[in-house]
Amino acid sequence: MHFGPHLLLAALEGLVTSAVLALTALGLSLVFGVMRVVNVAHGEFFMLGAVLAWAVSTAISGHPAIGFVAALVIAPLLVGLVALVAERLVLRRLNYNPEGTIVATIGMLYIIQQLALTFYGPEARPVEPPFSYRILLPWFGYSGYKLSVVAASAILLVITWLVLTRTKIGLIMRATQYDRETAQAFGIPVERVYAGVFAVGAMLAAIAAVLIVPISQAHYLMGQDPLLLSFIVVIIGGLGSLRGTVVAAILIGLSDGIISMFFSPTLAKIIATLVVAMVLVFRPQGLFGATSR
Amino acid sequence: MADKNGFFDLSKTTLSRRTALKGMAAGAGLALAPGFVRYSQAQSSAPIRIGFQSHRTGIGAAYGRWYEKTSAAAVKAINDAGGISGRKVELVIEDDGTDPARGAEVVNKFAKQHKTDIVFGTLFSHVVIGSAPAAGENKIPYFVVSEGHHVASTKLNRYVFQPGITDVKSQIQSMAPWIAANAGKKVTQIFPDFAFGYDHRDYLPPALKAQGGDVIAQIAIPPTESSFTKYFPQIPAETEVIYHVMVGPAVLTFVKELGEFYGSQRPQLFGFIDSLEAVDINSPGLEFLDGSHFWEGSPRYAQPDDSAAQKAYRAAVGIDDNGAAVGDAKDVSTAAHMFGCWETLYVVKKAMEDAGYKGPEDRAKLVEATEALKEFAEGPEHPQGPKTFNGKIHQCFGIQNISKVEGGKLKVVHKTKIEDGLYEPEGDYTTQAL
Repeated sequence: MHFGPHLLLAALEGLVTSAVLALTALGLSLVFGVMRVVNVAHGEFFMLGAVLAWAVSTAISGHPAIGFVAALVIAPLLVGLVALVAERLVLRRLNYNPEGTIVATIGMLYIIQQLALTFYGPEARPVEPPFSYRILLPWFGYSGYKLSVVAASAILLVITWLVLTRTKIGLIMRATQYDRETAQAFGIPVERVYAGVFAVGAMLAAIAAVLIVPISQAHYLMGQDPLLLSFIVVIIGGLGSLRGTVVAAILIGLSDGIISMFFSPTLAKIIATLVVAMVLVFRPQGLFGATSR
Repeated sequence: MADKNGFFDLSKTTLSRRTALKGMAAGAGLALAPGFVRYSQAQSSAPIRIGFQSHRTGIGAAYGRWYEKTSAAAVKAINDAGGISGRKVELVIEDDGTDPARGAEVVNKFAKQHKTDIVFGTLFSHVVIGSAPAAGENKIPYFVVSEGHHVASTKLNRYVFQPGITDVKSQIQSMAPWIAANAGKKVTQIFPDFAFGYDHRDYLPPALKAQGGDVIAQIAIPPTESSFTKYFPQIPAETEVIYHVMVGPAVLTFVKELGEFYGSQRPQLFGFIDSLEAVDINSPGLEFLDGSHFWEGSPRYAQPDDSAAQKAYRAAVGIDDNGAAVGDAKDVSTAAHMFGCWETLYVVKKAMEDAGYKGPEDRAKLVEATEALKEFAEGPEHPQGPKTFNGKIHQCFGIQNISKVEGGKLKVVHKTKIEDGLYEPEGDYTTQAL
């Protein structure tokens, strides 16, 4: 294959990775930004979204699109509910203590993972894409669904941005993020905001998973990679910065696609990790993170 | 003198008649008690305990579940027919997490804590390679159903056996003539970047060359990879056959993305069913595989010429004509490999009975008795087909099936002969000390 089409394919693949990564990492970033909780179980919410998407779409017969749309609505809601319960039962009782919550979310990671193994099983199960249109380029074919994932993710990111910057809920969240105690003094129900943010963060991961599951199947161990990549993205972009998260996701996704295609996937991972190390050394707050207050 | 206090000097004590009678009565009562009787016969009737190293979690979990089902069915069949040398067989299961380090721990646990008679089980080659030294150190026979060439390479140790499934080198050698004659001569290989993949990487090129074919590209993919399109541009345009042996949970994605990439104008495809074990061949996105060919150890779908033994085996394990669990069409088995568990347990039975195996003190005898085995006839104990066994390299050799995907089923189109897969031994385990 010539260089041009080769690069195009690499870029397309990178864009799909970026799109899913941006949504997942945004959830992680939001939870950290507002609550100062490092949610190690974030990848498991992603996995849970995919597994529930499989459950919902197989329960509904008829055209695959119906099942998929149902999954896109129901799976994130259920995951949000699970996150809400986890927040109530665990995080709140720890008073959102940063060290305590890390250990607690590691525990949640294993509990969710093993429950999925017990009730869903060890198999990788496919979800039918809502449509299977194959875009025929002169050099190779490409999945139309993959491109629609990029579009869907972009729309969701814009919506999240609008909610955060243009609505009262967004204002409350930003206020809580900026200064928890002052926000409380102004009558903002901080605990309810926390619960909501934790649920929304998990739901974003779940939505990303539902979008990706017709491409790569639902499997109980699928949460590990997204977690690692999300951390990389969030560290590079700056914890709590929406813009940084999106930019870093595109950067990591594209470089992963291009480097792994022209050189090797291992090199792509090496470079991503190296970038994280460099960012931590020279700009610990991340590319777009605000400096310490 | 050691007996300074005269404890054993009977002349000093007065043993009354009453005391003597009491003692005799107590002794007789003890001997008649059921618990005591069982204890005195422990050597001959206590169950034979087989440590089963299973992939319950990790990327091999789908295999592990079916390996357990098959082994449980084989143990039941063996016990119903009187067990091994009249003793019941019992499986002790431990999860190895499909992880080499954990695998070695599990072997140690079987040897030291559970004190099982042997260790049996596991599939993934890196786990076998990681666990084999522990089996050697504990001098506990370790029967694997792994398919890799590592046992036959004689790089492991004298305690490791693979008597139930043919190794990859032999499989490849026996199928290469068919690939070159029917699929194409210019082959691109796609394989996982670990031991099992390396067997394919190393043994296909010479086997194909002998048939006038050529491997024109080799693409190694990390086993944890979840997206594959980025590797496909490396496939040369003149490729006639893509030879794929991916494993792990992402294989469906691999096949689907290959389909999106090529559409209907694809090269011939020849794969190892390892790519789609436990996966329904009619899953969305797999239409692309229609007309392609797969290696199968034992056919997943019931074939018209199935032997009575094959039918009985399928019924005992609980799989239907489509190779799925009876009663759950979505629960597809790992039929191409799991027969090896069934057959290995019968080999263990034969070797233990030949050795007059009584307990762990006879492990060396068991090793020698296994090495003395020569062939296994096709039948209820070996439903996949006849096999020969080379005691020097601890490896069996059987027939291989090449199946075509047709109308959403796998149909066997070619069966190799045992002779096709024989090669010069690379070493001799029997020269190692026991």
